[in-house]
Amino acid sequence: MAGRGIGSVMASLGWTKMALAGLGLALGTVSTLAQETPAVVIEGVGAVVETQAEDDHAEGGVPHYPLEKPERLDWSFAGPFGAYDAAQLQRGLQVFQQVCALCHGLERVAFRTLASETGPFLTEEQMREVAASVMVVDADTGDRRPARPADYFPGSPAFGSARPAPDLSLMAKARGVSYGFPAWLIDGIIPYQENGADYIHALLTGYHAAPAGTTVSPGTFYNPYFVADEAIGMPPPLSDGRVAYADEAIPETVDQYARDVAAFLMWTAEPKLTDRKQLGFQAIVFILIFAVLLYFAKRQVWRNVKH
Amino acid sequence: MEALSRWQPKSRAARWFESRLPLGSLIHSSFIAFPTPRNLNYWWTFGGILAFMLAVQIVTGIVLAMHYIPSSDGAFNSVEAIMRDVNYGWLLRYIHANGASMFFVAVYIHMFRGLYYGSYKAPREVLWIIGVLLFLLMVATAFLGYVLPWGQMSYWAATVITNLFGAIPVVGEAISTWLWGGFAVGQPLLNRFFSLHYLLPFMIAGLVVLHIWALHVPGNGNPLGINVKSRQDTLPFHPYYTTKDLFGLAVFVLFFAWFVFVQPNYLGHPDNYVPADPLVTPSHIVPEWYFLPFYAILRAIPSKLGGVIAFGGAIVVLFFVPWLDRSKVRSARFRPVFKTFFWLLVACAVGLGYLGSQPAEGSYLTISRFLTAYYFAFFLIVLPLLGKMEKTKPLPTSISEAVLNDGKTAARAEA
Amino acid sequence: MDHSTSAQPDSAHPDHPQDPGRRDFIYIAAATVGAVGVGLVAWPFIDQMNPDEAQLALATIEVDISAVEPGMSLTVQWRGKPVFIRHRTEEEIAAARAVPLTDLKDQTARNANLPADALATDENRAAEGHEAILIMVGVCTHLGCVPLGDAGDFGGWFCPCHGSHYDTAGRIRLGPAPFNLDVPVVNFLDDATVRIG
Repeated sequence: MAGRGIGSVMASLGWTKMALAGLGLALGTVSTLAQETPAVVIEGVGAVVETQAEDDHAEGGVPHYPLEKPERLDWSFAGPFGAYDAAQLQRGLQVFQQVCALCHGLERVAFRTLASETGPFLTEEQMREVAASVMVVDADTGDRRPARPADYFPGSPAFGSARPAPDLSLMAKARGVSYGFPAWLIDGIIPYQENGADYIHALLTGYHAAPAGTTVSPGTFYNPYFVADEAIGMPPPLSDGRVAYADEAIPETVDQYARDVAAFLMWTAEPKLTDRKQLGFQAIVFILIFAVLLYFAKRQVWRNVKH
Repeated sequence: MEALSRWQPKSRAARWFESRLPLGSLIHSSFIAFPTPRNLNYWWTFGGILAFMLAVQIVTGIVLAMHYIPSSDGAFNSVEAIMRDVNYGWLLRYIHANGASMFFVAVYIHMFRGLYYGSYKAPREVLWIIGVLLFLLMVATAFLGYVLPWGQMSYWAATVITNLFGAIPVVGEAISTWLWGGFAVGQPLLNRFFSLHYLLPFMIAGLVVLHIWALHVPGNGNPLGINVKSRQDTLPFHPYYTTKDLFGLAVFVLFFAWFVFVQPNYLGHPDNYVPADPLVTPSHIVPEWYFLPFYAILRAIPSKLGGVIAFGGAIVVLFFVPWLDRSKVRSARFRPVFKTFFWLLVACAVGLGYLGSQPAEGSYLTISRFLTAYYFAFFLIVLPLLGKMEKTKPLPTSISEAVLNDGKTAARAEA
Repeated sequence: MDHSTSAQPDSAHPDHPQDPGRRDFIYIAAATVGAVGVGLVAWPFIDQMNPDEAQLALATIEVDISAVEPGMSLTVQWRGKPVFIRHRTEEEIAAARAVPLTDLKDQTARNANLPADALATDENRAAEGHEAILIMVGVCTHLGCVPLGDAGDFGGWFCPCHGSHYDTAGRIRLGPAPFNLDVPVVNFLDDATVRIG
């Protein structure tokens, strides 16, 4: 794909730097501060107070979550020429099946889509194998049977709970940490739209011991990246070496697992992303040519008219 | 009307038709021969852009309705099926969702252009009032449409806005219940919102016809704000303004395409990818960006009823602008003091938009109140007073004089 | 209004020599690109009405026929239509084979697994390698009703809407229907499982 080539050139030039330079240093400095200033926890106040950008004001004494903003990573699907990396999505699928699927559903994703050329791009046989490895309930007969390509991944298992773990199909689009103004504006121009994948990666890698003075309620785990609280009910799901990758060159680390599964979940949330960006490039070039032609046609019409 | 009588089709069949229904003459006189001031700048292309956006929204909307299921169980799933399975469904939905935003970008520019150049003044008061009505219908349509995906933001936006009606004394509660068709937002509301969301765009289209009619009676205003005096002041609409409008439109579509293809969810909210859950409210309820200034005004008033009144008043006050502004000069180009206040109003609207996205507390609230006060003061105090007190610059005697003999004015007109 | 001056602007001045070829080129190019653009934009609006990916995924079904004994039928839904799967008895097969082709109203097999001009012999109607199994789309070729099984003058199917009689090979023998019942694309994955579509 020609688009990928151009994309990587642009990425290496540094979209961020170009945009910041274009918008002026002052804006850039403010946004960098807004993204990178760590949260300061003041003990004994009873609430977590932050010294981040203005938009992070505490609301009625409730601290503003997440406590820390996700680190921004370099995703293959970022930018106007971004595309999914099939090998990464396949690894992400593996992590999902071996780890996440124990508690989380993926009910909007049909097995057939795993063979999508712009997605994980499994072969027909691999896709059928994945489907057959999952038991689903037949809609007509009500029996449990191995899934077929037209079936969907099951929803989250309930385990008798009234509120099972959330379904992950749309998670990468349903989470996005706001960076406030003016970073918000800069992201629109760069453009940076990968906050959801960043969030999933940050959450999965962000578990650590609660800082002194913070006690988390029992059954929850301190995670400053969690969007709704300072501690999350999900125990740390990943550990180094937990999933065995076929490709020896890929490190079997929590960080790598988190990247791969975040990319996979971005695909489940937006399966047409690659198609969209490819068609978009063609469409924008077409409209650009049309606009230039119209400009000259307009100039031609108006050439002798004072206005 | 002179142009109307002049146009004669060439073929006999067309002449036969024309003598019975002079459709060709109407089109010819309205969109081809129509005399248009020669000095219109690119801010005047937004009328055409808005007509285009209305067409885009209606066409994509009709197509989406072929796949959408207006039920509280099926709505979210059907939207996801559109995004995943329907051929080009993702494209159609992203065009429609971002199209709403682009529609508002265009209408706000169009409205501020009207304010800046005094386009609401006699004899164009009715034109302006129809425009405000169109804006109101757009607001209603956009709100109804935002509810349809039935995500968390859809659900809670519907809850918050329908609860506003509860602020009305005596009948408020009854109105809320009537809107819901139940005791909270749910299936009946979703179904009727879908029906109305389908209806209103056609009412908009009907009003647009009246809007254009009301424009074509007095003719276009222009950046100088002086009347057309001779034929030298005008150009036929085609090919001069057809090409200019088309070029402006192409640039606008480029901007639109950037959002649709590169960052289709930039203007949306992540919470709307979470299915509606009546038991959990998202931590921040934020309307779409185009409602943020009005939302900030709503929250700036520390009483439920007062907030609702200010919210409605912010739009209602626009109806009275033709009579609130007492100045005899139309264009801000010759009104230096007005120009300053105008740009302050623009800054005020942007500021309110920002504040609308922030929590209603502390300094945000104080600034919101200050800006809300300025918003109303602009219309209710500044406009009437300036008409009496402002010393305006001398007006050129005619458009052609300004354009043909004064290179400097001409350059500014194009800028 | 000053009628002495023309509404035509000063564009027609001859003192600006322009290459007419170049001028026309711009207009023609812009109009052409615009027309092409409209055509391209139209396609998504048309294509969205075609079967979507979820529908296409169900265009092929796999049916377990191990429980269908001779003399029994199974009706399954495929692409929104009923498909008759009949395990025929020896008598039914013999009756169908006894009919000379010249007695048939429609002498083509209407079997999607065979060339379009294959003749409507019983062998060409039944599933290849499984002569007892007859798989047909259960939609009358007259006006789309669903025929009844084990009925009609020929012991096959009978359409109650307008009285079309089909024989034990699903061939039209009497009544207004013009064609034999359609045989869809079938594939036996093993003796018990057949893939339709």
